Amino acid sequence: MSTTADSLHLRSHEAHDAHHDADHKPGFFTRWFMSTNHKDIGTLYLIFAIVSGVIGGAISGIMRWELMEPGIQVLNQAWPIGAGTANFDEWTHHWNVLITAHGLIMVFFMVMPAMIGGFGNWFVPLMIGAPDMAFPRMNNISFWLLIPSFCLLLGSTFVSGGTGLGAGTGWTVYAPLSTSGSAGPAVDMAIFALHLAGASSILGAINFITTIFNMRAPGMTLHKMPLFVWSVLVTAFLLLLALPVLAGAITMLLTDRNFGTTFFDASGGGNVVLYQHLFWFFGHPEVYIMILPGFGMVSQIVATFSRKPVFGYLGMAYAMVSIGVIGFVVWAHHMFTTGMNVDEKMYFTAATMIIAVPTGVKIFSWIATMWGGSITFETPMLWAIGFIFLFTVGGVTGVILANGGVDNYMHDTYYVVAHFHYVLSLGAVFAIFGGFYYWFPKMSGKMYNEFLGKVHFFLMFIGVNVIFFPMHFLGLDGMPRRIPDYTPAFAHWNYVATVGYMITIAGVAVFFVNLFWSLAAGKKAPNNPWGEGATTLEWTLSSPPPFHQYSTLPKID
Amino acid sequence: MRLIGWAIALAAAGLTPAAAQTPASSTTPTTAAAPAATPPAGTAQDATKPDAAQPAIVPGSVGHMIPTPGIGEPDGRKGVQDQVTPIGEEAANFHNGPLMWVAVIISVFVLLLLLYAMIRFRRGANPTPSRNSHNTLIEVIWTLVPVLILVGIAIPSIKLLRHQYSPPPADVTVKVTGHQWYWSYEYPDNGVTFDSYMLKEANDPTRQANQRARTDDDGPPLLAVDERIVIPQGKVVKFLVTADDVIHSFAVPAFWIKQDANPGQVHETWVKVDRPGVYFGQCSELCGARHGFMPIGVEVVPPTQFAEWVASKGGHLKGAAPAAATVAAAAPATPAAAQPQAGATTEQPATNQAATAQN
Repeated sequence: MSTTADSLHLRSHEAHDAHHDADHKPGFFTRWFMSTNHKDIGTLYLIFAIVSGVIGGAISGIMRWELMEPGIQVLNQAWPIGAGTANFDEWTHHWNVLITAHGLIMVFFMVMPAMIGGFGNWFVPLMIGAPDMAFPRMNNISFWLLIPSFCLLLGSTFVSGGTGLGAGTGWTVYAPLSTSGSAGPAVDMAIFALHLAGASSILGAINFITTIFNMRAPGMTLHKMPLFVWSVLVTAFLLLLALPVLAGAITMLLTDRNFGTTFFDASGGGNVVLYQHLFWFFGHPEVYIMILPGFGMVSQIVATFSRKPVFGYLGMAYAMVSIGVIGFVVWAHHMFTTGMNVDEKMYFTAATMIIAVPTGVKIFSWIATMWGGSITFETPMLWAIGFIFLFTVGGVTGVILANGGVDNYMHDTYYVVAHFHYVLSLGAVFAIFGGFYYWFPKMSGKMYNEFLGKVHFFLMFIGVNVIFFPMHFLGLDGMPRRIPDYTPAFAHWNYVATVGYMITIAGVAVFFVNLFWSLAAGKKAPNNPWGEGATTLEWTLSSPPPFHQYSTLPKID
Repeated sequence: MRLIGWAIALAAAGLTPAAAQTPASSTTPTTAAAPAATPPAGTAQDATKPDAAQPAIVPGSVGHMIPTPGIGEPDGRKGVQDQVTPIGEEAANFHNGPLMWVAVIISVFVLLLLLYAMIRFRRGANPTPSRNSHNTLIEVIWTLVPVLILVGIAIPSIKLLRHQYSPPPADVTVKVTGHQWYWSYEYPDNGVTFDSYMLKEANDPTRQANQRARTDDDGPPLLAVDERIVIPQGKVVKFLVTADDVIHSFAVPAFWIKQDANPGQVHETWVKVDRPGVYFGQCSELCGARHGFMPIGVEVVPPTQFAEWVASKGGHLKGAAPAAATVAAAAPATPAAAQPQAGATTEQPATNQAATAQN
């Protein structure tokens, strides 16, 4: 009796405190495991993304090491993942597990959690002048769904996937390789991992849409929102519309695998290409989901360090909207070799090329934002400028690939690998690093080390270009994707790419040194370390912001 | 503190590549050690293919033409392979010409604009930023000019597609079936059927005793196959592509063709190769463990040699064949010989677009 009374008393005391003290923080477990605070959840997402990025990056290291020379020299070793491989087919299956895990981890567990869950959670409420997200508890479950999802994906590598341990289907999980072609529970576990990650993202998307539509500070009309908020809004709509299609497609895979349906099995009247249509109806918007928040971050960074407002704000916002809309009607350019008829190919060729127009508007508007500015080159600005140029390179190879008749040659070769790593590994990841350095003082209250940040940028800029530019040559020379071994003619550029990987991980090592050193011993960050160019609301708050901000809502004139 | 930061940065920059290099360089011994780990039984899948039963191979004979380095196979270049079909030439000219130039010019243009802005508008050179954030004219220009460039690309692109999808009547038909992990080929009008496997290296422990090892006369490692598709030079060859387990993809870069092999569907692609030679491709859709080990070898020979090859395979030429000497062999075999139209295949689809028939 007395205990109950005590705890009731305590609880009301806590509530009382919280009411009066915006900075009152709950205890460690309550704060980090039962969090309803958008900044804490954002931090959790960022930590999760960093851990996943390390795992996904390590997997790409194993792949680059294997591809360094012709022959199989790494896959035949005993690895913690897929250990005990005994024969040739298990080695090469192990390769397929690596490419699958690398793709899924980087897409669903690194880029999306970092951009949307991490920066989106942290800065959308701060930028629109809201005290928190609209549904704080749903925000928490969005994050915590990712943990079992990631465990399922990693766990799938310890159970049979047919030829060997793990799901070796590629991140696209094409039927029938993923149905009749992969016995054992690994692919089922990978599918469940995607279901949970998808549910997490859908809940997050609902939360962002509600927050942005309903919780803007007085005076902040849609046309006054910072471009990063615009980008998250468009992304949230893409997630909400695209992910249910993926969920449906992979559920059909599950029933084909386990309950005898034949959605994707011609012997029962199904169609293998149907899966590809469903997958890419999700998959193409997904690539914009991964890049749009990056567009938003780059816009904030370029404007801040040019000390100028963004050039052509409305054009920038509606370019993102139109990229999002057109992104839903171009999916079959991923399927040019599946045997489409000529009219379909002509349509998807033309529709795909149209996307280059709003993308060009964004590139030129960023440059115009710099034009006439007073530019300084702090680390975030270096990443943003690197992003603009490398995304352009990835964009023009995209225009080449958009031609259905030309794509016959490059489809499923390293040319495509080069293209999508230029827009993702050098686009999305550069934007993430730029955003991380840009907001690190705000999030942590500490300044990062500028010199280490620049070393990180230059090592990585050189490294990723040395990895991925030669892949254009490999693809044009005919090297297919997803092969663990290659004919000696491909040896030279593969060796170069692996050297590029080594330079890149050196850069990533510098990042971690900088991260830990700055957290431990960085200078205290002022409210606004970037000066007059940083005009969004988060810079009006302390660094780090109070546990609950905007107890009086800011007014935007 | 700052010094420590420097030291750490240098250490990370200097040491990490070296650390990564160490395990990589130690791979050489493991390459040799790896085969020892393989059970002598290997995997039995290739045992169904008794190569030893074949007659001795004569390098250079039809079906065993010696490939020309740099033709029909990768050679480490930085561009597309030499094209030997009219479609391939059109596509390669389009790619190497307008597309490549547009890509390079736009990239360089953006790079120069960025560099100019970085230098001219750095804080030291331009301490007071302008507040300019709108210019309707320039926004209209950078919307419309890309549209014009894209229209300029789209016109030849659509034309290329039209040409790809307008095949002349086929002279020879080859049905291509992808399996895990080999290809089988059938010449339905010639009564020729065979399977085609990758030739393994002599020292490959997974090679069965009855499997012929690859020699340089067969082609490069991982590309050479035991039995090539043989097609006549200058004739229209139609490939009907399908699969019987998972999706594969039939691709020959030198012909600019790539057609997914979908189980339960038959799709068609076609070539007309003007130049004799050996042309290699690889399966181009992830199809399981040995996806990287099911190459495609196509040998293009003069029509007379093609007739010779068909006869050596126990087949016959269809209808009024180009080589008169073999008509006798073809005539009794099939009623197709009675058809007046030489070269028109019975499976010719009603339209010239890719057939998407369910089988």
